[in-house]
Amino acid sequence: MTPEVELINIVLFAILVATAVGITRLRGLYGAVMLAALFSLVIACLFVLLDAVDVAFTEAAVGAGISTVLMLTVLALTRAREAVTPRRRLWPAGIGSVLAGGMLIYASQDLPAFGRPDTPVQSHPVTATYLQASQDEIGVPNTVTSVLASYRGYDTLGELAVIFTAGIAVQLILSQVPRHDPDFEREKLLLTDYRVLRVVSKVLFPFIFLFALYVQFHGDYGPGGGFQAGVIFASGFVLYGLVFGIDTARRVMPGRLLQLLISSGLLLYAGVGVANMLLGGAFLDYDTLNPGHPVDGQHLGILLVELGVGITVAGVMMAIFFICADRRAAG
Amino acid sequence: MNASGVVELASGVLVVVGALVVLSGGVGLLRLPDFYTRVHAVGLTDTAGVGLIALGLILRAPDWGVAVRLVLIALFLALTSPTATHALAQAARRDGVHVWVAGDPRQ
Repeated sequence: MTPEVELINIVLFAILVATAVGITRLRGLYGAVMLAALFSLVIACLFVLLDAVDVAFTEAAVGAGISTVLMLTVLALTRAREAVTPRRRLWPAGIGSVLAGGMLIYASQDLPAFGRPDTPVQSHPVTATYLQASQDEIGVPNTVTSVLASYRGYDTLGELAVIFTAGIAVQLILSQVPRHDPDFEREKLLLTDYRVLRVVSKVLFPFIFLFALYVQFHGDYGPGGGFQAGVIFASGFVLYGLVFGIDTARRVMPGRLLQLLISSGLLLYAGVGVANMLLGGAFLDYDTLNPGHPVDGQHLGILLVELGVGITVAGVMMAIFFICADRRAAG
Repeated sequence: MNASGVVELASGVLVVVGALVVLSGGVGLLRLPDFYTRVHAVGLTDTAGVGLIALGLILRAPDWGVAVRLVLIALFLALTSPTATHALAQAARRDGVHVWVAGDPRQ
């Protein structure tokens, strides 16, 4: 590491620690959520310094972007101030955190030094296989995407299933609300009469959605992919719902369509695997999609499963936002 | 001094001035007495400072692709940052946050 990078690292870590302390000290939860977004952003910067641009992009889009928005939406439903815990009840939690933190610090002594060449991560044969063979076998410039969507396609399918399950669970738990009273002032959460916001966001929407599509389909060539694209798409849509009203957003994206999207993304991913089996290969073996030219088959397979990831992620994020907003409206 | 040296110097000056402008916004955030004046300080300096830094970096861009991306980022920030400031100030006004007048205590 050059001294400049080291200096930047030290500054970023100092900001990170200060932010973490700030989050624990703040009683106002809106402020804490904003600090949590800052925390994610600083971590994303650290990932960029480690050359992990795909991870940094995900952290920025998910941690600083959509999860902040969803947390704020949830805060609108509950109290925005942390309850004061009596001091004597803080002791057990304090002792627990000190013990857990001490154990982590003790365990971190065994971690190899940064960039050491003889660690399993560097010396395991599968690393060389992924880094060298992926250009011939899969031919996608971004090796992260070929690992994520092809070599480790099962893992990604599992992650997508987790997101799908979480989305369904949140809807099942939160959708049991009485139908709302039409006189209830439901627009309070919304920004519908901020004219400047309306005009500016109207100008920006096409570009937000275009950027989401770019991230979706450019994931083979640079940082990006289904997860980030889905989250960006959902953020754009949440902005639309906040500025133009939940009812308008519902008209654009009816609940039934949303449910269809959530399940069809996962079905598309798993369906590609089933199609591979029908064509005589293993589950998620994209080579079979184009037997004469396996690299083209891999491209097509990765494109389809990334699309599935993007659709389900976007659908789940939008559904969670709608559920919280509706609950607010129902009081 | 040749042409690339001039460009490099100009870029350095722009970046440093931009950083100073952002820093002055931070000082304003800490020193000014109430919400509106603080938002005013940060809103103006963020837009101007980040614009200057982006301009300085464009002069340093290794190729067209990076330069175009930087222009897009600068445009995006020039549009969103003032909007966010406006929305914050308007929300505060609707919430009934009073405007500070000389002689009031700091809020």
